[in-house]
Amino acid sequence: MAEVKKVATRQSYGEALAELGEKYPDLVVLDADLAAATKTEWFRKRYPDRFIDCGIAEMNMMGIAAGLAACGKIPFASSFAMFAAGRAYEIIRNSIGYPHLNVKIGATHAGVSVGEDGATHQCNEDIALMRTIPGMTVIQPSDDIETKKAVEAAIQMEGPVYMRFCRLPAPVFHTPDYRYEIGKGDLLREGSDLTLVASGLLVTQALEAAERLATEGISARVINIHTIKPIDREMIAAAAEETHRIFTVEEHNIIGGLGAAVAEVVCETCPVPVTRIGMNDCYGQSGPAAELLTYYGLDADGICRRVKETLGK
Amino acid sequence: MDHETKRALQIMAVKVRMGIIEGVYHAKSGHPGGSLSIADTLTYLYSQRLRYRVNEPNWADRDRLVLSKGHAAPALYATLAEVGFFPTEELKTLRHLGSRLQGHPDMKHIPGVDMSSGSLAQGISAACGMAMAARLNGKSYRTYVILGDGEIEEGQVWEAAMFAGHRKLPLVAVVDHNGLQIDGTNEEVCALPDIAAAFAGFGWHTVTADAHDFDSLEAAFLEADKVTDRPTVIVQESTKGKGVAYMENEVDWHGVAPKEEDYKRAMAELTAALAELEG
Repeated sequence: MAEVKKVATRQSYGEALAELGEKYPDLVVLDADLAAATKTEWFRKRYPDRFIDCGIAEMNMMGIAAGLAACGKIPFASSFAMFAAGRAYEIIRNSIGYPHLNVKIGATHAGVSVGEDGATHQCNEDIALMRTIPGMTVIQPSDDIETKKAVEAAIQMEGPVYMRFCRLPAPVFHTPDYRYEIGKGDLLREGSDLTLVASGLLVTQALEAAERLATEGISARVINIHTIKPIDREMIAAAAEETHRIFTVEEHNIIGGLGAAVAEVVCETCPVPVTRIGMNDCYGQSGPAAELLTYYGLDADGICRRVKETLGK
Repeated sequence: MDHETKRALQIMAVKVRMGIIEGVYHAKSGHPGGSLSIADTLTYLYSQRLRYRVNEPNWADRDRLVLSKGHAAPALYATLAEVGFFPTEELKTLRHLGSRLQGHPDMKHIPGVDMSSGSLAQGISAACGMAMAARLNGKSYRTYVILGDGEIEEGQVWEAAMFAGHRKLPLVAVVDHNGLQIDGTNEEVCALPDIAAAFAGFGWHTVTADAHDFDSLEAAFLEADKVTDRPTVIVQESTKGKGVAYMENEVDWHGVAPKEEDYKRAMAELTAALAELEG
């Protein structure tokens, strides 16, 4: 594979906010003492009056965001996924979700690819938590281009959005003319034997896995599900019907995450076997991100192995 | 405060209390004690202090009031009905299936409700956001938030207190200090700090008031309105169940609705109080 540009989606998020601040004067960015890590610091630098550092108090930050939205602002509340979706869950549910306020949550450092900080900081449960909140849109973009388009799409839609970003630089594979639409799956590769449904950082791993499987005579379709809720039921149902077997790939607990969301659709539309590749109901641990992805079988090697095992090849 | 104004407020407060009892009785559940303790405060605010438009509930320049102790919704609904946001008759639908008068305030469906609340401590954070929005939007509206005393056991309250103090938000918080919470007195459950001193520690201006004396409430809110360079807390000393003798200072009336006999006793007492005031 030729050398490609790599950008962490948290960085793309920070850049998008700083770029969009001028176009959207109601945009307000909140952080909880992590601006240097979530990359909201670039927005802070350009629009200091519209940046609110709440200190290390994520619950209060989500409530402040709700109050701002109730008065017409478009707040982006940023923290690590663990503290945004985890610690502040009930505030998001009751103060943002229930009144369906126009708050966007920018959650960075999601998944096991947080790396060395270890299990306390590797949030593998946030998709499950957020997608059960009625009216909440859940988005996990896969690369720099998709992230920037997704952030603007989130601003343009009315209602709460949870956006999940990663710390590890991700290969940029979309092209600038990529058309992003919330709720529409992104078909990246055609295939007829099975479908790999991936999201976020692992989309490129799924693409690489499909490439390798092809050399062994296995034709894998690859779908990038950037919007986990509302999920693209049509694209998933068609994949089930046409390829007869689904594998999901995510940096999240296999319970409640992308795999579960896909399985729900498949069971209701066109029941075929679904294999969920992800964190197998366990906590992560410290280590370099790439090594962790390998250890938990989430990289291209791991995906190929699981596919072949499952197919009995 | 002149005599006529005070009498009008007292009359309205009795009507608000009747609305609370009507609502909770017909719901067969709800929180009468902590609703009755803030009836005078809401009466004062909605008739003397807050700027709002009954026919334009979402008017952008209105003052905001967040009922952080959202379980006192019957008091807020009765007050909103009294000032004309919806018919008082509707109070009897409280907590019924299909009613917009949800068990806890719902900003999406009830005209006059500025923020959904009910899960304790969340209202004060939202109020901080509303005060920040006023600053960002160059608006002059004021933001008020009413908290229970038991509620301040929630850590999020102090996150918000620290934030409001740091940002010098011109926010007015009322802590309804009736001394009782579900499991007993504050002292028994988890003794509170000196409330005013605790807020003062976060840079707040502090005022105390008698929650059932309109002169005292007026003095407190007028003082709070003059403070624009930092948040103010009004610690109001109140009586849980105020206005219905058998409910006063009785912890058991925190979250229980009166049955028919008790309902009649309460309404008889309030009707007599009203007759005396209107005499």
